[in-house]
Amino acid sequence: MKKSQLKAPLPLDELAHSASATDAEKWDLRLYVAGQTPRSVAAFANLKRLCEEHLAGRYNIEVIDLLKHPQLAAGDQILAIPTLVRKLPQPIRKIVGDLRDTERALVGLQLRPGKT
Amino acid sequence: MPTTQVQQSSLPERGIAKAPTGVAGLDEITNGGLPRGRPTLVCGSAGCGKTLLSIEFLVRGATEYQEPGVFMAFEETAEELTQNVRSLGFDLNKLVRQKKLALDFVRVERSEIEETGEYDLEGLFIRLNAAIESVGAKRVVLDTIEALFAGLENEGILRAELRRLFRWLKDKGVTAIITAERGDGTLTRRGLEEYVSDCVILLDNRVIDEVSTRRIRIVKYRGTTHATNEYPFLIDEEGFSVLPVTSLGLEHEASEGRVSSGVPRLDTMLGGEGFYRGSTILLSGTAGTGKTSLSAHFVSAACERGERCLYFAFEESPGQLIRNMRSIGLDLAKCVKKGLLNIHSSRATFYGLEMHLALIHKMVQEFKPDIVVADPIGALVAAGTRRDANLMIIRLIDFLKMRGVTTMLTNLTPGGAALERTDVDISSIVDTWLLLRDIELGGERNRALYVLKSRGMRHSNQLREYLLTDHGVELLDAYMGPEGVLTGSSRMSLEARERAAVLASQQESERKQRERERKREALEARIVALRKEFESEETESEFRAAEDVARRQQLEDDRRNIAVSRHADEGNGAARSRRKMSTK
Repeated sequence: MKKSQLKAPLPLDELAHSASATDAEKWDLRLYVAGQTPRSVAAFANLKRLCEEHLAGRYNIEVIDLLKHPQLAAGDQILAIPTLVRKLPQPIRKIVGDLRDTERALVGLQLRPGKT
Repeated sequence: MPTTQVQQSSLPERGIAKAPTGVAGLDEITNGGLPRGRPTLVCGSAGCGKTLLSIEFLVRGATEYQEPGVFMAFEETAEELTQNVRSLGFDLNKLVRQKKLALDFVRVERSEIEETGEYDLEGLFIRLNAAIESVGAKRVVLDTIEALFAGLENEGILRAELRRLFRWLKDKGVTAIITAERGDGTLTRRGLEEYVSDCVILLDNRVIDEVSTRRIRIVKYRGTTHATNEYPFLIDEEGFSVLPVTSLGLEHEASEGRVSSGVPRLDTMLGGEGFYRGSTILLSGTAGTGKTSLSAHFVSAACERGERCLYFAFEESPGQLIRNMRSIGLDLAKCVKKGLLNIHSSRATFYGLEMHLALIHKMVQEFKPDIVVADPIGALVAAGTRRDANLMIIRLIDFLKMRGVTTMLTNLTPGGAALERTDVDISSIVDTWLLLRDIELGGERNRALYVLKSRGMRHSNQLREYLLTDHGVELLDAYMGPEGVLTGSSRMSLEARERAAVLASQQESERKQRERERKREALEARIVALRKEFESEETESEFRAAEDVARRQQLEDDRRNIAVSRHADEGNGAARSRRKMSTK
């Protein structure tokens, strides 16, 4: 099912329909960065592309700059920068790094079963 | 002039600045504390007190030195930590409320984390920075940062970031403690000592002969002198304390004052005045030779003088000791009631050695005794190894000496062992050594005592028998027999023989006296007889002389009568008679 979605993105009404289906939950993603470093910019770009490809229309990305809100780091146990946190769907997943490796990012987000 | 002033003022700054930890004893062995503004590595195996040491460093800093702190825990949550240290009397919640302490729990769960691409640990830096700024922290603890190695895959990034972190901590100017697990053959499992090289402290919890001893050692401390030995430390209800008393303090003042042993005739043996005040006295002897009884005498006499005594009994309970000593006429209960005597009983095996030492230290500091008795000191061997016990006792003796406390140690010589040694090898450091022994002679055992050594006094060299009577220890006169000192019945029979001999000689002299008397009487009788003889002779000769006179008178009268009858010239007759008288 996921595979078909990936290959041919559905039109908007179709998406609404599939949203009522089991795998069409709302994706809530949070990207932690620290200032506008090349690495965080790259991470955001990679994330955006990945979401457009796989979760078009049913995702929400919140970027949190820890330089501006350092107190938010403790809540999600953030150490590494950049860190992508999948808040929804449960359970929480974390992907550390600039998401350059799309395969591993997909595995991390559980959009693809792990290799091992 | 100004130059010398500059030199003087710069002198204290020549060494590196230190932040006192406030942990009992640690500041002594580090000569003032941890390097200020630099990270210190505290390493050790699991359960040896790394977390506790670091938390106490923060708590003392916050409460005693006005230096707020940040505790970043990688292994325990803030709640767990708060609960764990509450038993030591640290109320972390209160410190957090007072903004003197910030707790941050960092959890890294590898199963939740996928790594993709490059990253850094800026998040950790930001969190730490936020925590430091929230309380204005001067002290930081990272416990145990190695947990990151378990949570993150990319060791290359991690190592680079740790290096940056420690650099950053230095730049921040915070005094930090980083804890790490001890590795196999290395100080830390992940080689953190490579990054933190200013000061490394090693904690150890060794189990030797089933007794565990915690030890602390300063492996390195750049830019300063520090103590290099391993020191025992303990964790009790008041936190962490290191016992840095190995320094053989041979600077104590030697007192000229004397203190009675409580047994007058023993004092006589010790130069007439007893022990030196502040000296260390060892009573050693085989079982049942009266070591405790002699100690009790010493204590009892001290209490009579109003001195304070601390009695550590490792084999008897206070009640038992008081009861037993009552049987030799010593009322220790009275001393206890007056508050002059404190009997502390604990089994030697109940704690480890360092705990005993710490306990004794603490009690001595609180009770401030003039006299300390440890009975028997050899029991402490059971709490550790012989070597450790020996070290501990030396430390104890030094500690007590420096405080001017007169110390009496008793030691049981095991049956069959050489008498003149102690199982803790302390005989060379004691000042006075009284050896109690039993002498087997004529089918009985009797107690004898002698002064094996007593530094700085003319002590008796005699082996003296003594009795434990219902009014205390009593030294008897020394009786020498052909095989040495006589004791017990042999002594009594000798005493009897001596009494008989005295009696015999007395009788002999009385007999002689009588004989002399008789002789004198005989002599006097003879003198009387002679005098009588002489007197009779004298009377005889006087009588004859009187007869002569009378006869001559008669003759004269006769002649005159004849002359008268012849009518001779009176003048002639008178002249003739006068002439006759003058020629006569």
